[in-house]
Amino acid sequence: MSDRNLTFVRSEMLPAREPPTNQFGIVKLLREKLFNNWLSALLTVASLIVLVWIAGSLSPWLFNSVWSANSLSECRQILGGAEGACLAVIRDRWTQLLFGFYPPAQYWRPVLAFVLMLVAMAPILFPPVPRRLLWFSAVFPGLAYWLIWGGTLWLPVSAYAGLAVGGVVLRLTTRLGSGVAVGLAFAGALAWGFLASGLVTTVIEQLLPLSLPAVTSREMGGFLLSIVIGVTGISLSLPLGIVLALGRRSTMPLVKTVSVVFIEFIRGVPLITLLFTASLLLNYFLPPGTNFDLILRVIIMVTLFATAYMAEVIRGGLAALPRGQYEAAEALGLDYWKAQRLVIMPQALKISIPGIVNSFIGLFKDTTLVVFIGLLDPIALSNSIRATTDWQGIYWELFIFIGGLFFIFCFSMSRYSMHLERRLKTDHR
Amino acid sequence: MELNLETEIDRSRMRVSEQVAIRIEDMNKWYGTFHVLRDINLTVRRGERIVIAGPSGSGKSTMIRCINRLEEHQAGKIVVDGIELSSDLKNIDKVRSEVGMVFQHFNLFPHLTILENCTLAPIWVREIPRREAIETAMHFLEKVKIPEQANKYPGQLSGGQQQRVAIARSLCMKPRIMLFDEPTSALDPEMIKEVLDTMIELAEEGMTMLCVTHEMGFAQAVANRVIFMDQGQIVEENNPHDFFNNPQSERTRLFLSQILRH
Repeated sequence: MSDRNLTFVRSEMLPAREPPTNQFGIVKLLREKLFNNWLSALLTVASLIVLVWIAGSLSPWLFNSVWSANSLSECRQILGGAEGACLAVIRDRWTQLLFGFYPPAQYWRPVLAFVLMLVAMAPILFPPVPRRLLWFSAVFPGLAYWLIWGGTLWLPVSAYAGLAVGGVVLRLTTRLGSGVAVGLAFAGALAWGFLASGLVTTVIEQLLPLSLPAVTSREMGGFLLSIVIGVTGISLSLPLGIVLALGRRSTMPLVKTVSVVFIEFIRGVPLITLLFTASLLLNYFLPPGTNFDLILRVIIMVTLFATAYMAEVIRGGLAALPRGQYEAAEALGLDYWKAQRLVIMPQALKISIPGIVNSFIGLFKDTTLVVFIGLLDPIALSNSIRATTDWQGIYWELFIFIGGLFFIFCFSMSRYSMHLERRLKTDHR
Repeated sequence: MELNLETEIDRSRMRVSEQVAIRIEDMNKWYGTFHVLRDINLTVRRGERIVIAGPSGSGKSTMIRCINRLEEHQAGKIVVDGIELSSDLKNIDKVRSEVGMVFQHFNLFPHLTILENCTLAPIWVREIPRREAIETAMHFLEKVKIPEQANKYPGQLSGGQQQRVAIARSLCMKPRIMLFDEPTSALDPEMIKEVLDTMIELAEEGMTMLCVTHEMGFAQAVANRVIFMDQGQIVEENNPHDFFNNPQSERTRLFLSQILRH
């Protein structure tokens, strides 16, 4: 007989206890991350010294800043040789950086459009906002166009009427098969645009004039331009990217080939090339005398460019979904479009959020490239401000202002995407 | 491998009718040049409970996946509830809404709550009002004994609970035939029983069932026919008693000795 007893029976189960206190909070941070051993302690101290040094050398420049002066030389006079930022240039020219050469008496229009844009985005971005507000989101693009470019209100209204015509045609012809119906609806909307729209707009405008002073695209610039191009590009590239990603995964050879060729072509060409195409080459191809707005052309090119990237990002999300999700949706009898809309896309888009927002941010910053085709983005305006005798030689202040504003927009997008990822996190991994 | 059935199985409603639910005639399928299913002939009557067994790679999952066209067959004929499966999309959708399917890995939709998982197809395919769909869903969730989890997400549930939700989700479409593709293979032993109990209850109500499973206890207790497949063909087909006690084919005997040894 062995004297070791191998039997063990637990008479009562152990309750859960509090973890040891040094495993949490500031104590854990200090012990494990900052002063773990002598090397990390050394690095912590060194980093602190660098931070203090940077703050110390930047602060006089910022705290000595001059806000009221009419030129750079006046700024220097006030500073009297000391280091300091000449932020007076921002105070003097901020409206130009925001609006370009938009008529100052009409500044309220883009500002109102911007505020309304926030309202229109709210129900899309934040679910607690009532869904009923979505009708405003639908109306907003036309309203914003009218506010920013001016002219008659009946033009955007007529564009919506064209959409309605397309919708009605789609309803009526849907029995003929979805492909045919979509084609006919498209044709109907185009027919409205080319045949009826102009006449109807003119007639109604005479009966009931509702117009704002027109502002041409040439007069627009600065962040107004960046936001118009960026927001339009962003809101169009996502749906188009989804369609293209589905097209690339389609089993129909024609659809697949068209999608692949489009994506590979657009991705293989620098954006600048596309922008030059928009500004120069289209003039040769379009019939002479066509008045095709430059900003509209740029928006189309930027959107196509972003769409190609978006499609690949979303395709990545689609590829990451297990095959079983498609099978479960199919087995329940959901058809292709319902399965995509209700089961596949919500998950694929969620997976792709970081990539999607990455593309959005890239697109928004790429709007500064329009400087090369003669549009006045904020960078172009900083050049023209520097070209005046008053502000010749001023760099940092303008770039910091422009960079700061871009940062605010991009950082908000980034924060929103993180919020969205948290909100949609349901897998509890 | 004995399934310990505490509850006596109620056979009063387990009646096989003369009506044909599924008819498969000379069905063949290839993956590329690989011949996966060879000359499959099978007639399933309404109310039958068929267990399909066989070694892995024998084509048993592929066969039942052909029944709701998750896999396409290249030759032969499959008629489900009087509807022949062809490339006609309308027929496929009709068949799929009549046939429920439960998968090995549950395949619940992780972005929807349990309740939404169960109401999605009834609302969007059957187009029944939301309130009614919720009532039906709660009814079936009660039946699989997890109504209290209705507002949780699949990721918060155990494997056994998820599989029971998957069964409830299929039932919400009021299918006339249920297909089970190894429903317990991905589960811990403790959870297998809760899923099998649910399936037994379903059988007691007279549901037509085709189960690919390795649970031989379940086959003995519930099935009225066991089909053994190997190398893409049906090797033996018999009632459970004779199948287990007096297998005719050498291959079947070998298979049974392998899995019943422990």
